[in-house]
Amino acid sequence: MSNVDYKVEVLVGLEIHVQLCTRTKMFCGCELAFGTEPNSRVCPVCLGMPGSLPVMNKQAVEFSILAGLALNCQIPSFTKWDRKGYYYPDLPKNYQISQYDLPLALNGYIEIPTDNGLKKIRIRRAHLEEDAGKNLHTAGNFSQVDLNRAGTPLLEIVTEPDMSSAIEVRTLAEELQRIVRYLGISEADMQKGHMRFEPNVNLVITRAGQQFKTPIVEVKNLNSFRALENSIDYEIGRQLDRFLETGETMEMGNKSTRGWDDAKEVTVLQREKEEAHDYRYFPDPDLVPVRVNEQWLNEIKSRLRELPSKKRLRYVKEYGLSDYDAGVLTNDRTVADFFEEAVKAGSEPKRACNLLTQIGLKLANARGCAITELGPKAADIAQLAQMTQTGEISATAANTILEEMVKTGKAPRELAEQLNLIQKNDAGELEGIVDEVLKSNPQAAADFKEGGKKSGKARGFLLGQVMQKTKGRANPKIAAEILDKKLA
Amino acid sequence: MVFITQDKRQDKITTILDSRFRGNDKRMDWQSAKQLRDKIATRRTNSVEATKAVFTRIAKIEPILGAYISTFEEQAIARAAEIDKRITGGEKLGQLAGVPVAVKDNMCTTFGTTTCASKILANFHAPYNATVVEKLLAADAVIIGKTNLDEFAMGSSTENSGLKQTVNPWDTKRVPGGSSGGSTAAVAAGLCYAALGSDTGGSIRQPASLCGVVGLKPTYGRVSRYGLVAYGSSLDQIGPITQTVEDCALMLNVIAGHDTADSTSVDEKIAPVVDYLAKLDEPVKGLRIGIASSFNAGADEQVRKAIDEAIKTYRNLGATIVEIDMPHLDYAIAAYYMVATAEASSNLARYDGVHYGHRTQNPNDYIEVYTKSRAEGFGKEVKRRIMLGTYALSSGYYDAYYLKALKVRNLIRGDFVRAFEKCDCIMMPVAPTTAFKIGEKVDDPLKMYLSDIYTIAANLAGIPGISIPCGFDDKKLPVGLQILSPAFSEEKLLRIAQMYEKQTDWHKKRPLI
Ligand SMILES: [Zn+2]
Repeated sequence: MSNVDYKVEVLVGLEIHVQLCTRTKMFCGCELAFGTEPNSRVCPVCLGMPGSLPVMNKQAVEFSILAGLALNCQIPSFTKWDRKGYYYPDLPKNYQISQYDLPLALNGYIEIPTDNGLKKIRIRRAHLEEDAGKNLHTAGNFSQVDLNRAGTPLLEIVTEPDMSSAIEVRTLAEELQRIVRYLGISEADMQKGHMRFEPNVNLVITRAGQQFKTPIVEVKNLNSFRALENSIDYEIGRQLDRFLETGETMEMGNKSTRGWDDAKEVTVLQREKEEAHDYRYFPDPDLVPVRVNEQWLNEIKSRLRELPSKKRLRYVKEYGLSDYDAGVLTNDRTVADFFEEAVKAGSEPKRACNLLTQIGLKLANARGCAITELGPKAADIAQLAQMTQTGEISATAANTILEEMVKTGKAPRELAEQLNLIQKNDAGELEGIVDEVLKSNPQAAADFKEGGKKSGKARGFLLGQVMQKTKGRANPKIAAEILDKKLA
Repeated sequence: MVFITQDKRQDKITTILDSRFRGNDKRMDWQSAKQLRDKIATRRTNSVEATKAVFTRIAKIEPILGAYISTFEEQAIARAAEIDKRITGGEKLGQLAGVPVAVKDNMCTTFGTTTCASKILANFHAPYNATVVEKLLAADAVIIGKTNLDEFAMGSSTENSGLKQTVNPWDTKRVPGGSSGGSTAAVAAGLCYAALGSDTGGSIRQPASLCGVVGLKPTYGRVSRYGLVAYGSSLDQIGPITQTVEDCALMLNVIAGHDTADSTSVDEKIAPVVDYLAKLDEPVKGLRIGIASSFNAGADEQVRKAIDEAIKTYRNLGATIVEIDMPHLDYAIAAYYMVATAEASSNLARYDGVHYGHRTQNPNDYIEVYTKSRAEGFGKEVKRRIMLGTYALSSGYYDAYYLKALKVRNLIRGDFVRAFEKCDCIMMPVAPTTAFKIGEKVDDPLKMYLSDIYTIAANLAGIPGISIPCGFDDKKLPVGLQILSPAFSEEKLLRIAQMYEKQTDWHKKRPLI
């Protein structure tokens, strides 16, 4: 084996279910709810009661189109609703209203950062459907069904198999999470199951000029980025092992379905052969087709905002921030908006960035709140930043003041004065202090004057003494200038 | 003489008729819903009296007729009393104030059960009212009961009811037609003043014809389907079953209109709802009647004769006859049984014993909850249609069956569009025969399906159609004339029907029962 030349290429496509944060369910007036009493957010429509009829939620359609636009998709002018039939206790009508052959969005792409720059991942389609309820198996011999979730709008996004590693898939999933949050169409809270993933994984193995494809495996129902990444990594290894062992290829085996065992960190076979599952799709006669005219589309387009990837690049280019800082700031739209507001209010970008990334986000995380909920307004941040820009306070003092602002709700200047953090910028006053320091440290003064090896160290020591005497409030720049002049 | 009124032109037929028809008012006092309403409003009678009279008759007749699945005597009389009180108090009431009406038992009501005449829903209590029921209540009607039907409205004789058999009041050995046979029998026998039915392939018009009453299937989208338990969603439409054309207009006034809960109900800006009574007595001038002679030739001779007579009456009123070509009508039944059963197979999937309705005892596993509950709960015809529809939608067959049926449906629509360029309405029989004997066709589903041959096309095309009494065969069984007109032309359609009714007394004939 070892002398055979192997090349292994990984192919992963991803299906992503995103729960939209509309006010009401997809086809009825029930409010979306998480964690409420079982079967408390239901009505005849989402219970699938005889005689009830669905009515389309326009907001859900608009949210989906918005996502389609953000993913560079074509938005067809005509789409429709189809029934997908299968029997399951959590599906009240025993069919799901979905979109079969005419989805709301088609043929798009998403760009993700990789080590070799941006990579384009093609989006095959994005369609809207209603979610099912939940089966609960906690009542002994009986199973129970909670239909609170039934009818929740789900956007299903399907990519082409364009990803070639688990980390790429994870990057895409995270980018998608940011996008839907930016658009305000989903809370995308993983803990609440707002995003669920189903990767399709297989390998293309080239051996001695011959190509082999391993059978496609679909891993079902992953609801964390970690599980997504780990399950794909596991599958890559497993499929390679199996191929080396059995030589089984796509033509020989069939597509199979596996689940992810989070505790053992392995995938587990669910269905050997993808049975030709016949969902008996047909157009739902209870709903009228959706026509997306230009006027409506433009109206939705006008709600598009700058997406995180663009923003990230702009922060680096326009504000001179590091890739890392730009990433941290743009990760959350609220933070990015807050940052930009502070910059608009007069802060140097780098200063606002430091205040927010070093202090603001830490405090917000500790309190489990959004940065906007800490108390200080963007204008306060800008003022604080400006005080450091003019040398009124030091950068360290600014951080201290911000912490106090959050604690007390007081204004930056008031706190700076109260905490005695205003820097001594008065050259005359500082000159006196420098003189005092020189007088009481003649040896260091002499070392500095002499130049050579000891000079730098002596200068540092003398400046340190000045800072100590002023309790850190001396403007270090001015103090250094005076010292240098004195001993020149 | 056995008629209440006698038309000179009907002498010939009169001689054939025997004591089956009775002249006077030994049952209800032979008044229409509108007449009763007006009497109640002017306090010449009251709702309690009228409602009690109906229940007295129900007590006597219903054991033979079997028109109702449930009745609400106590509740109805209480409501009638309340309405009477409001009238006495000088309050202005709705269009059907105090009138006892019935509702087909596939429309949801918060009171009583909504069974669809199926064992699987025999105990189903709906948590909401169908929009039409809300509208009847808002019009201050008194709902006295819910009528029998073919299970889930699948059938043409009401023999497929999983709960009881309704008989034809003109001959109790015969079927009332279906699937709204309970409603038409009740109206014909005077067990209510008017009723609601639903029509997927003729289920209002065909039993109306077989029972000698008026039945209207409005345009698809004219009346909300919200709360109508679905059979074939793209075909189902609720409509009135009444003693007169005027009552039909009155009922349509109450139930027509857009409903935000039904996306397929039509925006009134596109198709306004009018007062269907306002111009009812205005004859349509220069009426052009379309006839598809070759198509009509398939009906029984006596049915054809009655239809020809009716058309003659129109001629005498100045109408002209236009021969029309409907090349695709021959495929209507085939297309219908694909579309309707496909939709039904999906619509009825929810009856699985999990959430409500019949659940099998002691299933071995959860799959058996489904299979056994459905096997035990559904009747033969329903199972047959579910299987047909499931097959039609299966992958590999979809294009050959369902998709092809949709194409035929479009062609039939086209036939009507072209025909209505040449005429105002089309007249044809409602059914190829008059009421047939109970059991006669139950073992031959195809023969049964053929009884819908004249009614199905209107459902496929979504256009309105009405059945009005137009005579009797030599067995003294009623014959109905079907009039079809373009979408949302109910006002004109009712006026055309009214022209005939004013000239004839067929609608006043009552069965002896
Ligand atoms: Zn609901």
